[in-house]
Amino acid sequence: MIILQAKDITVGYTEVDILHEVSITAGSGEIISIIGPNGAGKSTLLKTIFGLLKPRHGTITFKEWDITGLKPNMVVRKGISYVPQVDNVFPSMTIQENLEMGAFIRNDDYSQRLKEVYELFPAMAERRKQKVGHLSGGQRQMVAMGRALMLDPQVLLLDEPSAGLAPVLVSGIFEKIRDINATGVAIVIVEQNAKEALKMAHHGYVLAMGRNVLDDTGDALLANEEVGRLYLGG
Amino acid sequence: MVELTIYGIVLGSIISLGSIGLTLVYGIIRFANFSHGDFLTAGAYVALFLVTGIMAWIGIPDTNFGSLSFGWRMVIAFPISMAVVAGVAILLDQILYRRLRAKKSGAVILAMSSLGAAFIIRMIILILWGADSLFYKPGLMRPAIELPLGAKIRPDQILILCVVLFLVAALHIFLKSTKMGKAMRATADNKELALVTGIDTERIIIWTWGIGGALAAAAGILYGIDVQLHPYMGWNFLIPLFAATILGSIGNMYGALIGGLIIGVAQQVSTAFLMPTYKLPVAFIIMILILFIRPQGIFGKE
Repeated sequence: MIILQAKDITVGYTEVDILHEVSITAGSGEIISIIGPNGAGKSTLLKTIFGLLKPRHGTITFKEWDITGLKPNMVVRKGISYVPQVDNVFPSMTIQENLEMGAFIRNDDYSQRLKEVYELFPAMAERRKQKVGHLSGGQRQMVAMGRALMLDPQVLLLDEPSAGLAPVLVSGIFEKIRDINATGVAIVIVEQNAKEALKMAHHGYVLAMGRNVLDDTGDALLANEEVGRLYLGG
Repeated sequence: MVELTIYGIVLGSIISLGSIGLTLVYGIIRFANFSHGDFLTAGAYVALFLVTGIMAWIGIPDTNFGSLSFGWRMVIAFPISMAVVAGVAILLDQILYRRLRAKKSGAVILAMSSLGAAFIIRMIILILWGADSLFYKPGLMRPAIELPLGAKIRPDQILILCVVLFLVAALHIFLKSTKMGKAMRATADNKELALVTGIDTERIIIWTWGIGGALAAAAGILYGIDVQLHPYMGWNFLIPLFAATILGSIGNMYGALIGGLIIGVAQQVSTAFLMPTYKLPVAFIIMILILFIRPQGIFGKE
């Protein structure tokens, strides 16, 4: 069942278009990986889906709702959470407070959800009173994802979660993303680390110069010769 | 010297109250609010209007509490004045700064427009009350309590310290324990992420102006009780306020508290060596020195 669909998206920050009629589709519970060279417009696509940018053309549908042009604080209420690539935590607040802020728009008792998120990230539970600004890059990334999960979203948008992390930490992050997906959350992930991203993907998209170039199952893209040569380093 | 230090702590606590508001506004709305000093003045004069105008007209008795220099009228006027100035601050934001924000104006444009707002507030006060110094209670005897080491403190000043302590504690609890307070801290930390999390940052901004305005009004009234009222009182506080804010790292409420006390004590103690007219330059020199030596302030990161 399709849960999120962006169709023919054309968008830019100024008059110049960054994306030209880009489309992606995510089924519920799937991992969708978007890969491509720097400047292909991958992050722009996520921002547009989340409402941080308003598309010039095209539509974005989430479940049965047309969410095109909806502001982020409304999109998040529908059930989509977004983790920006940088500055994705509240550094002077504790881990616990970061997670509470993730649940800001919830008016119900979210203690059960808090427990589940801590179960997903046990390392965070031990340090819940620590300020996030004092944590390492990998741990911050966990906090950022934990914060986004507090709303129990149906779709999680991740912008390059492995960027700037030591290689030894990267596999840990991807493992967590698989764990999150296993709880039933659909994930749309933008990644530089194309190989890892495609390995776990149900479906992958290759963007270049702001256009759809290829799309196929993750395995098929991994096996694709051209993709291998251009994006997977031989 | 002990006495000057005590007076410095009293003055410093008033500066702290003002600079906490200034630093909150800077942390969340990201501009230097030059009208903050005039919020102090506005608070003091609104209280004056209530105490000597409306409440005299209604006929609320004006007997003092024990050896304090005020009575029930001030107790009633204090929170009302805080609310009025909070309203003024929010109104200014809605008719002025919000529009500029929507047009993505830079921090300099916002700061300059706040300078304009400062003039407007001050001129209104000048038109309504004139340029003379005023008192909540003219011709008042101000008995002092003897302390060890030959120092004296007035009951009013003890009360001022208590009020500041109470307000700071209340703000601390608000920021640490309430949902709205935490959301304010989150917005100060990372406004974009706050928006992404679903926090209505415009609502946070309104709260911030309200709290900043209310604390400024409280500071103005306390200064009026301690010394006197003057249309330029708040404007003259602007440099100490900014010095305290920068000293304690911009955006850091606890830094502003400490910064305010340091500036207040330094200003008062300096009168032992310098003419009292140099109090303001003392604050200014401290500010310049911090900017040279440690521009991020005491509590800032490298």
